[in-house]
Amino acid sequence: MKVTFPHMGHLWVVLKTALEGIGLEVVVPPPCTRRTLELGVRHAPESACLPLKVNLGNFLEAKELGADTIVMAGGVGPCRIGYYAQVQREILRDIGCEYEMVVFEPPDVHFSEVLEKVKYLNRRPWQEGLRGVMLAWQKACALDYLEQRVQHLRPREAQPGRVDAVFQRALRELAAAASRREIKRIVRQAEREMATLPLHTGRTVLKIGIVGEIYTVLEPLVNLNIEKRLGTLGVEVVRGLFISRWINDNLFKGLLPLPSHDPAKTAPPFLNHFVGGHGWESVGDAVTFARHGCDGVIQLAPLTCMPEIVAHSVMPAVQEAGGVPVMTLYLDEQTGEAGLQTRLEAFVDMLYWKKKRDKERRSAGAWGYFLGVGRGS
Amino acid sequence: MMGLKNKKWRLGVPRALFYYYYGSWWETFFHHLGVEIVVSPATCREIMDLGVELAVAEACLPVKVYYGHAAWLAPRVDALFVPRLVSVEDKSYICPKLMGLPDMLRAALKPCPPIIDTTVDLARRREEGLQSAIKGMAKALGMGANRVVEAVAAAKARYREQIFTPDGLKENTARQKLTVGIIGHGYLLYDRYLGMDVPEKVARMGGKVVFPEHLTEGEVEEACRQLSKRLYWTLGQKIMGAALHFMDRDDIDGIIHLTAFGCGPDSLVGDLAERYARRRGKPFLLLTLDEHTGEAGLNTRIEAFMDMLYRRRTA
Ligand code: SF4
Repeated sequence: MKVTFPHMGHLWVVLKTALEGIGLEVVVPPPCTRRTLELGVRHAPESACLPLKVNLGNFLEAKELGADTIVMAGGVGPCRIGYYAQVQREILRDIGCEYEMVVFEPPDVHFSEVLEKVKYLNRRPWQEGLRGVMLAWQKACALDYLEQRVQHLRPREAQPGRVDAVFQRALRELAAAASRREIKRIVRQAEREMATLPLHTGRTVLKIGIVGEIYTVLEPLVNLNIEKRLGTLGVEVVRGLFISRWINDNLFKGLLPLPSHDPAKTAPPFLNHFVGGHGWESVGDAVTFARHGCDGVIQLAPLTCMPEIVAHSVMPAVQEAGGVPVMTLYLDEQTGEAGLQTRLEAFVDMLYWKKKRDKERRSAGAWGYFLGVGRGS
Repeated sequence: MMGLKNKKWRLGVPRALFYYYYGSWWETFFHHLGVEIVVSPATCREIMDLGVELAVAEACLPVKVYYGHAAWLAPRVDALFVPRLVSVEDKSYICPKLMGLPDMLRAALKPCPPIIDTTVDLARRREEGLQSAIKGMAKALGMGANRVVEAVAAAKARYREQIFTPDGLKENTARQKLTVGIIGHGYLLYDRYLGMDVPEKVARMGGKVVFPEHLTEGEVEEACRQLSKRLYWTLGQKIMGAALHFMDRDDIDGIIHLTAFGCGPDSLVGDLAERYARRRGKPFLLLTLDEHTGEAGLNTRIEAFMDMLYRRRTA
């Protein structure tokens, strides 16, 4: 059995470690590229959401490397992700690409099934397997920690790109790391290097909170490296979604002591109910970011994503009440780099201008209207 | 929505989305409680334009049309009835967009009348969910328990009588040679403007039309057993079940799937239905409607499909 899985940002490092930890042979799909996207788009339903298409591309590319089993997450609605696996299975069948699929659904519905699946996959004594899973978890935390350092440094470094280079190397080393000690060493080493990077002096750094659907937030191929772009424009990015937190919320059902989203507290009165996916969190996080002094919020979503359309629809109210401009970006296979860059520059420009004005006359409020945000994109 | 003690107020009910499933229930219920109900008129150009302008561009067409109905009602009523439909049956959901609908409208309608947004969530504990939804509605209206019980009984009785056909679907019995299954959301099939009268068009071309609502729950469920995983959207299940059932029936010549641009669940359910139909050799026509769909192009596509069915029949 050679297992593969869909890509989502750096998740592959974590999944590879966990799956190898339980004794499986793993085929990491080639990194997402335009080709991945094109393969997926060719075979997937046209109006399906982007993650489904890119994942399908991952499976097709992994097949070329000999993978025969897919491990992926599912769900029980109301968002479409819970039915991805079924649709993908039928598509793969129709194009004659043979795969076995092991789909993990939320444990509150099928807990025994989850155990069955783990048992089915597990090739090692339990204790050893558990050790691999713990190692994967530690890597997730290390990656998320370093990524936050990167987000802080990008707008401040004098030579753009250097902090990313450090991070990329750490990422590769982490992927290969075999013990907790090694992970610690890699993190310390990366931190040390980051500390020596030459910084800008006196640049005004803006802070933008990124909210939205997790896949478009975490996968640089589909968001066209938005965080890097913003960093270069002098923006420090903050976000609430990280892999470690997602694992905690979804697989461990929030059992681990991590700060977690609390949309029930933050999203009302703008959105008063869970709407599937990350829609509720998007609104809640936008409110949180506005309260914590972010200059703006960017919402990312795959085109046609239902929960995010709900969130998008209430953003004008968030913007009005919080005095924070919100820009919604929908992404699909047609999204071009030039168009995205122009929109980001315009948004960032506006925020600089607003910040300056606000400083001069402490009268926040109506500026968001100038964006026309919330009326399409 | 609380504190509306005013007994003689007018409650606006948009004629869109789940009005097509529960309209008669709602009307009877409110009527029995002595509330004056104003239902928006059938969808028309003006209403659709209103909605298209108010909603975010990425919303699906039926939701945009709902915005239009709500906006039409807003200046004419004291409050709007926009229940938050989360789930109407066990372990199933309505589309995410309906879970956020009251909040979406509040953010878009300026000025926005009070909205009665009782949550209807029967996903986990059906009976309890229903009771609390009914209580919620009555409470918002400031009504006592005994009147509510009566109103519910009346509403239930009326709901059972309801049959689904678009008003005045005239089938051309003289030419009826083909049977065509038309699948899709009720608020698309039965809204003649939004659904562009597709069932009527098919009927006029000599088709006998069969809808998902003509099937029993058992038939739908039975057909859906062919799927490897239960569909967790109430309407998706109905559409898929009807599609699979129609495919297995020799007396049904073809299937038309009517869908709205931007519909999330349909993008997967429709694709699956089409895949199964192709594998089984059942003619299948997908019609995606948006605010720009032209009448002429639509007619041509339906005609071509019907012609093809005739040819298969006689071949
Ligand atoms: S099910 Fe489809 S048509 Fe209905 S509200 Fe959801 S996305 Fe729109």
